[in-house]
Amino acid sequence: MKDFIIPNWDETDMGTPASKATEQVTLTIDGFPVTVPAGTSVMRASAEAGIQVPKLCATDSLEAFGSCRLCVVEIEGRRGTPASCTTPVAEGMVVHTHSPKVKKIRKGVMELYISDHPLDCLTCSANGDCELQDMAGAVGLRDVRYEGVENHFEVRQNGEANARYIPKDDSNPYFSYDPAKCIVCSRCVRACEETQGTFALTIEGSGFDSRVSFGAKSDNALASDCVSCGACVAACPTATLQEKSVIEIGTPERSVITTCAYCGVGCSFKAEMRGDEVVRMTPWKHGKANRGHSCVKGRFAYGYASHNDRILNPMIRDTIDQPWREVSWDEAIAFTATKLRGIQEQHGVRSIGGITSSRCTNEETYLVQKLIRAVFGNNNTDTCARVCHSPTGYGLGKAFGTSAGTQDFDSVEHTDVVIVIGANPTDGHPVFASRLKKRLRAGAKLIVIDPRRIDLVRSAHIEAAHHLPLRPGTNVAVLSSISHVIVTEGLYDEAFIRERCDWDEFADYAAFISDARHSPEATALLTGVPADAIREAARLFATGGNGAIYYGLGVTEHSQGSTTVMAIANLAMMTGNLGRPGVGVNPLRGQNNVQGACDMGSFPHELPGYRHVSDPAVRDVFDKLWGSKIDPEPGLRIPNMLDAAVDGTFKGLYVQGEDILQSDPDTKHVSAGLAAMDCVIVQDLFLNETANYAHVFLPGSTFLEKDGTFTNAERRINRVRKVMQPRNGYADWEITQLLANAMGAGWTYTHPSQVMDEIAATTPSFANVSYELLEERGSVQWPCNEAAPDGTPLMHIDGFARGRGRFIVTEYIATEEKTGPRFPLLLTTGRILSQYNVGAQTRRTENVVWHDQDVLEVHPQDAEVRGIKDGQWVRLASRTGETSLRATITDRVSPGVVYTTFHHPDTQANVITTDFSDWATNCPEYKVTAVQVAASNGPTEWQEDYAAHAAQSRRILPAAE
Amino acid sequence: MTTPSHIGTEEKLVRMANQIAGFFATQPKASQAEETAAHIRAFWDPRMRAQLSKLLATDANGLSPLARAAAEHLEQSEQV
Repeated sequence: MKDFIIPNWDETDMGTPASKATEQVTLTIDGFPVTVPAGTSVMRASAEAGIQVPKLCATDSLEAFGSCRLCVVEIEGRRGTPASCTTPVAEGMVVHTHSPKVKKIRKGVMELYISDHPLDCLTCSANGDCELQDMAGAVGLRDVRYEGVENHFEVRQNGEANARYIPKDDSNPYFSYDPAKCIVCSRCVRACEETQGTFALTIEGSGFDSRVSFGAKSDNALASDCVSCGACVAACPTATLQEKSVIEIGTPERSVITTCAYCGVGCSFKAEMRGDEVVRMTPWKHGKANRGHSCVKGRFAYGYASHNDRILNPMIRDTIDQPWREVSWDEAIAFTATKLRGIQEQHGVRSIGGITSSRCTNEETYLVQKLIRAVFGNNNTDTCARVCHSPTGYGLGKAFGTSAGTQDFDSVEHTDVVIVIGANPTDGHPVFASRLKKRLRAGAKLIVIDPRRIDLVRSAHIEAAHHLPLRPGTNVAVLSSISHVIVTEGLYDEAFIRERCDWDEFADYAAFISDARHSPEATALLTGVPADAIREAARLFATGGNGAIYYGLGVTEHSQGSTTVMAIANLAMMTGNLGRPGVGVNPLRGQNNVQGACDMGSFPHELPGYRHVSDPAVRDVFDKLWGSKIDPEPGLRIPNMLDAAVDGTFKGLYVQGEDILQSDPDTKHVSAGLAAMDCVIVQDLFLNETANYAHVFLPGSTFLEKDGTFTNAERRINRVRKVMQPRNGYADWEITQLLANAMGAGWTYTHPSQVMDEIAATTPSFANVSYELLEERGSVQWPCNEAAPDGTPLMHIDGFARGRGRFIVTEYIATEEKTGPRFPLLLTTGRILSQYNVGAQTRRTENVVWHDQDVLEVHPQDAEVRGIKDGQWVRLASRTGETSLRATITDRVSPGVVYTTFHHPDTQANVITTDFSDWATNCPEYKVTAVQVAASNGPTEWQEDYAAHAAQSRRILPAAE
Repeated sequence: MTTPSHIGTEEKLVRMANQIAGFFATQPKASQAEETAAHIRAFWDPRMRAQLSKLLATDANGLSPLARAAAEHLEQSEQV
């Protein structure tokens, strides 16, 4: 039998954070001997012994504060009654937590608290979930002697308005702030500071006048710096900061641990339920990616699952100018299977394909690529990673031998110098950003390489040591200059390179990079980054201790995306920053399961586990199990599919959970490709933009409605658990199985765990993964097999997956997309905290209060010469197309650079982006488009046509009775 | 709705081949054409490779010298 370590998933609040000391201390608490690590608080030591000391201002997610005086204890040989939360244990200490003296003190403290608190417990939204209520009970408070005195909770006192009363602040759509119920324990303020790192909350006033405040007097929760992460709500012991959903529905009766379906951080959540209704999503303290933290999307923006726009019945139509017709599942599936087989008979086996979803589970993705390979009989499968991190897969595969990040998120706690390049973690990966900011506040240094002054460059209590505001498209030149400095100044880690890499290869690389053309002085004109700044940043990274590189799509979405990834790998290797905590190459993956989609063989040239389809031994593994004959030729990538469609050789596409019309570049080309196909099948929650060109719509299910797994950016495989029945009738994997079987597959899966068993049986890096293991461990990071039965938090510890790390020459080659007199500005794109990807989910939640439209950031100089004012409509045009949106004037962008997001289909930023792409992977060059901006009066003709066409395409015939 | 604005597929293939050759042209001299050809072989579907091969017949195809050498190399290896 396997010797499983049962993790401690106890949710008891231990009062103060665990000590990381290794030295053990033994003391006696209420007569019981307890042994704990040095530095542990007396409160936590008591909790370890099973004794809960009453407390209000303490919670184990925050440092001890010692303000409520409820947790006082007596310690033999010490004077007075110290707070147990702020008193560290000592060897031989004898503690009494329940002496007559402390009992009396606690009762007095509680009496004072309650004297300034309304006694409306029965109708209070925190009834049953209130620590103040619990503590009043715990200390045996029976009456309150202070009545009729000044308080903060009565609207009127003595017949007059109570000047101390502050009405409830309901400005945030998801939680309310009711100052009348506040006990000023500061947990919210400290959570905002320590956990989230935003510092939006403060305590204003002193003594009896102390109040929690969202910054300036005029600020309410919404107008403040608050990012609505929910940390304060989770920390609040009373009803003061409370989820509106709890106020409306009541307290939950059960909870299910699951994984967020937004970004690649992959936070673990407790879906707290009443019946089949989600009461709230709260971050799970044992989640290893998020460690009990959350952001506004995962915590609050789940309302799309029950939005009226969700399509719940399958629909078909013969041509895309017809309205949709609702049909039974049987009819929809039969229609689809007949169409696809018909196309193959007429145009050949390779004339159809599919796109797997980076939002669906590993099991679902695996089945879609299996459908394509084993049932369609070709390799025309691709996934949204094509347009985001395909260069990561290629570049890291070449340098290290594995197509994934090297670390876990905990690693950041050991980092001394961080490079963030082409990523905006506070918006794109907010929970990781909070962990990074915590480390920066503790003294780690930060180098930001980004055309835009992202929040990390300078915000509350953090400031980057260097911001290198490079010109979009010059990543390779900047990284080469950094490497040039490190090599020519002899700052490289020779011992690491000799041990882990090929020294001769490094010598060739060193000769290449030492050339004067790579010096910061030589590249400064091109990159726009002052040479001194590059030299200083390079020296800091090479000599500042543990160096970690975090990067995002600002690296990959370029014509030299793969080359930039290789340059990052070179930089990590030459400085010896691989194979231990605190270092590494860390791609911040975009979607919740984009890592998993790549792992599961979504790419047209690779079977699950990144093995090329031309390898007969690998094909044989699957052919034996699937009874198939896998095509040894690579299939079409998404842009190639669209090209082939326009050429007339690609006619049918099955798209699961992906909106290529909105998310892929050069919208007009995408729509032309889709329009040229005979059968487009869209499986999604909503009639997305791609569905405007679809012949079949198969309604999909949400992450709340199915079982499965997601793999996050740390390679961590997390469980997704079904908390309600699919409103559309089937989980997505079941729909794929229906289609496969209608095409003759004969699949018999009854649960996703069986699919995971098949993945484990065929894919060496998943060999030990099973649902049983995930139940035991919570999560595991691949590779998880005989060699690493517990999974692999850190990769390349003793050697690289490919053997020796490979230095690859990275010459800067300028993109063909160039500015000129007609298009003098460079457009770069990104995302914002409150919205996610194409916005299909977040636009259908209250998150729109933060971002109801895409806007164009323009530098004041560029705005002035064009006569553009803040908030005005502007026309944004490139060689590819044009659109209109409102401008915002800001010096976050450099002169010559404009920036927007792509969350709203009525803006369609991608009508502007070009079809230039990464040389190795065809990942589109979203981040560099030459544009012109001019004042305008409103939406362009194209936008109006598009909106009219979309409305026309979305007509649904009333169901036949 | 609107006419496609993109360049033709052949032109795009030429651009892609030139881009790949552009990278391998910066790599060690000995095997540049082979590496370029191997990359195309590994990532391009057969119809794209066939289109590339057809382009070799025309002189003014826009392929860079290395991309052309790679395409020729690829054509020979595929015929084996």
